[in-house]
Amino acid sequence: MLIKRRDFLKTGSLATASLLLPKFLYSLQAPGTLPVNGRNLVIIQFSGGNDGLNTIIPMRNDVYYRERPRLGIKRETALALTDDAGLHPSLVGLKSLWDGGHMAVLHSVGYPNPDRSHFRSMDIWHSASPADEYWQTGWLGRYLDAQCAGRPTAGLEFDDTLSLVMKGVNAKGLALQDAKRLYESTRSPFFAEYSAAKGPVFNDDAPVDYLYKTMAETLSSANYLFEQSRQKPTAAIYPATGLGKDLKTIASLILADTDTSVYYVSLGSFDTHINQEPQQKRLFQELNDALSVFATDLKANGKWNDVLVATFSEFGRRVAQNASGGTDHGTANNMMFFGGSLQQKGLLNPLPDLMDLDQGDLKFQVDFRQVYATLLENWLGAAAEKVLGANFKPMGFV
Amino acid sequence: MNKLQHLLWRFGFGPRTKSWQNWTALPPESWWPKLRDESLPAPQHFDVVDGAVKGLLMGAGELGKMERRELDKEQKRQIRKQSREDLQNLNLLWLEEMTHSKAQLREKIALFWHGHFASRNINILYQQQLLTIVREHALGNFADLLRGVSKSAAMISFLNNQQNKKQHPNENFAREVMELFTLGRGNYTENDVKEAARAFTGWSHRLDGEFVFRQRDHDTGSKTVLGKTGNFNGDEMLEILLEKRETARFIARKLYRFLVNEMNVPEDRIVWLGDRFFASGYKIMRLLEDIARSDWFYAPENVGSKIKSPIELWIGIRRSIPMELADPESQLVLQKALGQILFYPPNVAGWPGGRNWIDSSSLMLRLRIPQLIYNNQALDVSGKTDDDQQMGEAAKGQMRRLSAVIDWQPALDLFAKIPDQELIEKIAEFLWAVPTKNLSIAVLEKNTNRSSRSAHIQTTIVQLMATPEYQVC
Repeated sequence: MLIKRRDFLKTGSLATASLLLPKFLYSLQAPGTLPVNGRNLVIIQFSGGNDGLNTIIPMRNDVYYRERPRLGIKRETALALTDDAGLHPSLVGLKSLWDGGHMAVLHSVGYPNPDRSHFRSMDIWHSASPADEYWQTGWLGRYLDAQCAGRPTAGLEFDDTLSLVMKGVNAKGLALQDAKRLYESTRSPFFAEYSAAKGPVFNDDAPVDYLYKTMAETLSSANYLFEQSRQKPTAAIYPATGLGKDLKTIASLILADTDTSVYYVSLGSFDTHINQEPQQKRLFQELNDALSVFATDLKANGKWNDVLVATFSEFGRRVAQNASGGTDHGTANNMMFFGGSLQQKGLLNPLPDLMDLDQGDLKFQVDFRQVYATLLENWLGAAAEKVLGANFKPMGFV
Repeated sequence: MNKLQHLLWRFGFGPRTKSWQNWTALPPESWWPKLRDESLPAPQHFDVVDGAVKGLLMGAGELGKMERRELDKEQKRQIRKQSREDLQNLNLLWLEEMTHSKAQLREKIALFWHGHFASRNINILYQQQLLTIVREHALGNFADLLRGVSKSAAMISFLNNQQNKKQHPNENFAREVMELFTLGRGNYTENDVKEAARAFTGWSHRLDGEFVFRQRDHDTGSKTVLGKTGNFNGDEMLEILLEKRETARFIARKLYRFLVNEMNVPEDRIVWLGDRFFASGYKIMRLLEDIARSDWFYAPENVGSKIKSPIELWIGIRRSIPMELADPESQLVLQKALGQILFYPPNVAGWPGGRNWIDSSSLMLRLRIPQLIYNNQALDVSGKTDDDQQMGEAAKGQMRRLSAVIDWQPALDLFAKIPDQELIEKIAEFLWAVPTKNLSIAVLEKNTNRSSRSAHIQTTIVQLMATPEYQVC
């Protein structure tokens, strides 16, 4: 693993969170809750490093076919988006979204000095730190800090543990597999009674009070989400896959006007060193089937305009295929966006330049934090600079 | 008795039910000497490295060849795969040692150094060598510890010092040594890092993990670093760092956070501790003793001020209620789900600790652990996948069961003479490091099984562990 220098880390592992914060984060601690703006951001994380070049295929590029004699997806099979760009053949449903003007693609998103370790690069995407700094909070966690104080269900991650991306200084997202399981795991009468006996916690300076507060919030959030999920459960038929199940829960929560702003799901593993073709195909099938139903469902219920779906991966893969029918870790990658309110549709910037590589890897053209700034400012209505700690100009597609 | 819990939780992994009365029989001034003396014997070293991996890394060829020997792709894959398994065994073995060893102080302080000298390295041999260094010097001399760690293959490779060559210096190693291991930020300049990196050029390791100095790659020129000028090499560079009082204060501050209080760190106290540590020539035991024998260590604001790390919490439970785990590997899933896997620190800065341990899901799991064991329930979490390790091969980990046979006898014996109506309070006083004055007796009474004396004691222990109070020490 390649570790580079960082600037802000003042002390070692045992310092308190606040001591380890870059200066800009102190300003986040003031309560500034805004009313829920009714918009939902759904992030789909492609874990493992998705091969972007076989997602949006540069189907008139000779370099692409020369470097990928076996893995390259033929122009005849790709789903044509433009004259030059095709979509992976498994993503038929996403092609319909494209045709309807509900999809946008941003190419060559990345950051300077890319790291090829999954763990480290995901950390960078989660924290939105420069590649040479270690931050202990995530960009969505800091959004929760800045905007969602007192709203413990503002950020939900569909998993049994919470990622760094959802951890703020004070506020944190809530991890759950599904609303019912969360409810059941917290239902022991002992926890409810024990928590109630303590009464409300107004000052959480002492660690034990902080724990009581978190416990009480979790219990009430579990109740709230369970009730919300049953209020207007979606009638649409979702595929019985992990992503299908997650998007179904999300749809039901959105239909019930839940106070959640950010939903976070993961799909993987896209780490296709060996025999990439069937593995990526299977994952894309899962993505395609689940996301198509989700979009149709929300459209039918008049909610699709309030939803923005964004996909990303910790890195792309190398341009050249390897000897095992796969691809190795690369750098810049594309991001996809879906929703009824996109301000710009289609390809937002040119396909990656395969003639201008950095040791066989794509050069990034768009800093991922500029994308975050766009989502924060233009969609969630948050002050991006406060959350990101630096000024990145929002783009116009949202 | 609260003071004794405080001492044993901070300088060890909490009291052991079985030996509790040996401690309470002692006058308070004998607690520290007992704790210290039990950790004086040299530690037993672990060796879990698979023979085939050793064969590949140690090699059969003559020494000269070994330095340059390269592994092919298949051999690397084999080492990676076997390392993953062996690292799990090393992890579990260390947990056993933390649980059962009398050398509580040594293992606890070794855990501190394990986070201080954090290295994410998937090579089992190098990780095991690093752990040996850390456990051996945990209570010894910090200068020896620093030299050992800095020359370990685990650290040299993790911090890319093999790429630090005269022609192309790589500053990563020098920077972390100064920023995280010795001086701390603010006590050196960017130029100091550049110059120190030149001093460390040529520091490398062989495949078998032995340190090697590659003269060819070393920059023999003059360097100016931290106000000194000379043709320094890496060894001399470490000595220069040790000559700085700031190093002693930096270590004292970090240990204070680990042992006394994470949030509230009075600077005058750090200066006092650091300067005495410095004057002692970096004797770690002296620094620990200064903390343990102070009055302020036991001050109310320091008691219960620390959120237990997942490892502290889990080992503490195992010491309170001794158990035979049916599936020891379930402990790996637990570490993953709670956010602290030994040998997999998040980055070179180690685990951030404190409130970073806590979110809704991690807290609820922590609270449920005693009940999961008691009711023999499935551990219904699996944690995130790690693509660096799994290379896309495996999907989510399988569901584990925290199944164990608990030996309740020590607890039944310890509380045998306590009348029923005082049971909750007395057990809380034993299990919790925080004062029990606001005990919710009514709720606890309602939620315990009183069908027999034994069930009463057992369920009281389980419920008292399933509380926010038990999460802190």
